[in-house]
Parts: sequence; C-alpha cells; structure tokens
Amino acid sequence: MPDDKRVAVLGAGMHPWGKWGRNFVEYGLAAAGDALAEAGLPWTDIQYVAGADTIRNGYPGFIAGATFAQALGWTGARVSSAYAACASGAQAISNARAQILAGLCDVALVVGADTTPKGFFKPVGGERRDDPDWLRFHLIGATNPTYFALYARRRMELFGATEADFAAIKVKNARAGLENVNARYRKEVTAEEVLASPMVADPLRLLEICATSDGGAALVLCSMEYAKRHAGTDDLVTIDAVSTVTPTFPQTVLDMPGITTDSAATTDAIGPGFKQSVALAAYEEAGIGPEDVSLAEVYDLSSALELDWYEDIMLCKEGEAERLLRDGDTTIGGRVPVNPSGGLSCFGEAIPAQAIAQVCELVWQLRGRAGARQVEGARVGITANQGLFGHGSSVVVSR
Amino acid sequence: MPPVKTRLPAVEGWFTLDDEAPALLGSKCTSCGNFAFPKETYFCRNPHCQGREFAETELSRTGRVWSYTNAGYQPPEPYVAADPYVPFAIAAVELAAEQMVVMGQVVAGVDVGDLHVGDEVELVLDTLYEDDDHEYVVWKWRPVAGGGAHGQTTGGKVGTGA
Repeated sequence: MPDDKRVAVLGAGMHPWGKWGRNFVEYGLAAAGDALAEAGLPWTDIQYVAGADTIRNGYPGFIAGATFAQALGWTGARVSSAYAACASGAQAISNARAQILAGLCDVALVVGADTTPKGFFKPVGGERRDDPDWLRFHLIGATNPTYFALYARRRMELFGATEADFAAIKVKNARAGLENVNARYRKEVTAEEVLASPMVADPLRLLEICATSDGGAALVLCSMEYAKRHAGTDDLVTIDAVSTVTPTFPQTVLDMPGITTDSAATTDAIGPGFKQSVALAAYEEAGIGPEDVSLAEVYDLSSALELDWYEDIMLCKEGEAERLLRDGDTTIGGRVPVNPSGGLSCFGEAIPAQAIAQVCELVWQLRGRAGARQVEGARVGITANQGLFGHGSSVVVSR
Repeated sequence: MPPVKTRLPAVEGWFTLDDEAPALLGSKCTSCGNFAFPKETYFCRNPHCQGREFAETELSRTGRVWSYTNAGYQPPEPYVAADPYVPFAIAAVELAAEQMVVMGQVVAGVDVGDLHVGDEVELVLDTLYEDDDHEYVVWKWRPVAGGGAHGQTTGGKVGTGA
C-alpha cells in the first residue's frame, strides 16, 4: 500500500477498564501518556488532537478533544471532537488520519474515555417526544439488549444457533481476556455458569451481555515519512483503512434506536446488509480480503452478536458462523482468532474509548507484544463495530 | 366503583384509537410511494426521491413475527413500569404490504415460549401505563388465533425484502 494512503501507529495506550467512578479525563490522560511514552514523543510535539466524545459527562465530554488538550497543557495544537455513538473512537481516528493524509499535520493524538452510570444505558435526561431514543424506551421499554436479543433469536431460527453456542462465545472470550491487564473482567467462566445466569432478554443471559465500563484509550498516529524518520525503520504498524460508511436505503434491519425499519416496498434492498458494508468498505480501502486477515476484534455487545460479525467481516458465509466457532477457528491458536483481547465480554463498553481500544489490541498483537494472548504470526487485523443511528466502523491495521 | 379514567394515546398521532380495529398511522410519499412510520413530514427518506408531500396512511394491521424477545429486567426511565414489575414480551413484526418491520410489546399473558418466527400477529391497543386520572394506551402485538402456522418471513438475518 502506498505511503500516501496509510498512516503509522507510533504508540498505543489504555487505562484499564473498570467501574472506577472517577472523572473520564483522568482515564484519557493516562491512556494518552502511555501512548506518547510508547511513541517516544513529548506531548508538545503533537500537532493535532482528535477526541472521541462522551455524552454522559457534561460539556467537557462534548468537546473531548479540547478537554484533553487543555488537561495536557495548551500548546496551540488544533483539535476536533467527534460523537458517533459506539463508533466515536473510529471517527476520531478517521479525523486524525484525514488531517495527516491531507498533509495538514504530521503527528496526531487520538483519545477517547468514558465514565459510565450503573445499569442499562438509558436516554439522557428530559422528556423528548421527538427523539427516537427516548421514544423506544418510553413506548416499548426497548433497551439495547432488546435489539441484541432480536438478532440472536433470528440466528437461532434461521441458522440453528443454540444457547450453547452463545455461551461458548462467552467462555472463549473470558479465557482470552484472563491475562489482559486492561480488561475489567478477568475470570474464567464455564458454559454452565453462563447458562445459569439470569435471562435478561431471551435468549440472552446476564453473562452474555456486555456491561458499561469506565476506561480510556489513545493512539499516536503520524505520516509514514515522519514515522520512518522518528523510528528509524520501515517496519511499522500502519492503519490501512478506516471505514465509517452509513447504511443505504432501504435499511431493512431493525437498528438501534429505531422502532421500525425502512420500507422495502418501493425500493428493493440489494447488496450486503449494513454491518457487512462497513467491513467491505474497509477491505476495499486496504486492498485486501478476508483471506488476508490474521485476527479480528469485533463488537460483541452480546455473545450472539459475535457470530453475526464472523459473517459480516466475511470470515465465513452466512449461516456458517456456528461451525467456525465450534471448530475452534476463532479461538486463540485457531485459523483466525476473534477478540483475543477478551472483547467487550471482558471489557464492558466505554463507548468513546472502545473503537480505539480495538485498534490498540491489534497494534500490540501485530508487534508481538500481546503476551499470553498473542496470536502467532499476526500480520493483518481488522476491527468491526456498530452503534446507534447508523454508525459503524471498521479499521484495518497491518505490519 | 372506581372512577372511569380518561383514555389517552401514549404518543399523539401514531395510531388510530379504534378499539375494534386499530391501526398504526404511517405516511406514504405522494411521489414515490415509500411508506414510513412514524410519519415523514419534511423529506422522503428514499434518497432517489425529491418528494416533500406525504399522505397519512393506515399500516397493515397484521404481520408476521420477524423476531422476538422479552424484557426480563425492568427497563429504565422513561419507561413507566408497573409496581411490582411484570416482564413482557417484545416482537419485531414484518408487515407484508409495507415490507417493513415494526417493533412493539406483545400483549400480557404471551411469553417467548408462545412465539415463533413467522407467526401471524395482529395490532391491538392496550394500556402502557396509568396515572390517577388517565390510562395511556399504545399499540401491542397479539398472536392471531390459529395464526401460529409458522408462515415465512423474507430475507436472511439482515432483514426483509429482496
């Protein structure tokens, strides 16, 4: 891939996920500090700060780029702040990458961090009868797990997925995350324990639905020229694609926070579904295909959703994800490990940090620094993520 | 005898208040015919259509279950839950004529064990919550007697249509 189409990752950093209850800025600064240290750069060399926003922490969260820049000490660096639900972190990466590829800056810092309330995510306060996110809770009581469960049940009915398959995903990811110091849940679980946990949204149980977490993640990105000069080597980890495409009409999958889909009565739904289109755009931009992928980090908001992603990032055909799982292909040591970090299953979701954290994991894997969860010989990784209101992202990282 | 409560829709203008045969009130674009629910008011969401005018239209009163689940835990506000909380089922229902999926609660007494993908269901009005003077109603789905013949919904996991 030509140097003017990719950016180098000089450093990655994370603040451990948990329910720490402190100010989100603290997590962002810790992650940024680690990423800068890994890059071997002082903060004052950063020319551009791309923040990923949190909507549950007041004004500082809405202008996260400036919040982090001020906290690190004003240097005159340009800033941006992006909110794109679960894809916020990828939008921040995309902003920094675009600035670098356009030649507007050489080196940028990407930061996302969140402090989350307890329990189900609910709409931000106030009575808002024109907000679909407010209405779905008020009129139906449809939480995020409601949607995950509708997809899971559909998989069971169409493709013969079983509750045992869903539990096996949780068991796999819990084992992978055991040695990950940044993971919140580091405890092995058995299928029996998963299947004995309370039913939240049938067929999904408590241990199969991702929690909401505090955490922070950061990346230092730069131009290839800058990286070669700074690192003194061509052996770099690079971001080769950032897909943030939106759905195409008619969007026929019930998508958070919608109560309905688009109508396909006058316009046929042709081509791939939305989630697959996100990954397809990333593959196309990177000039690779699913056969080139060594590992993947996908958004397992529920255990069952990970199976959908196997098909959407095209590790297998539709209806074959259960076989991939059962054959051990997606376990560390298998053909193409998925969520070697432990995934959202072990992290819980810190919304603006999560898509950045996915990339951090790929960076460390490709550098061979993932310790006990290392995927041997990893050369190319892909992330996949989806959030509310037509947001999704997929990032291709290679070495 | 308890006083009769005033019956109000939980959301204004989304459905008829016809007790016998209620219907959701969607819109149909006068240019391209695209259906939408809730109603479109400004722009047609078909990107190839310049339509700006919409006719109110009653959506199909029956459909087939696309998928279903339940709410085992009490949803947070702004959901107004009964005390004590009573879990309920939720269905995403595909309307054949409109080729769209509409989510709704399933009437009390029907749990996930009673539902299957492809089952025929019909729209009814039912209480969502009450206060001292009012009963707020919303649409819910109810299995059609003898409609559990496991009809087919279209598409794969990604949705309806072709």
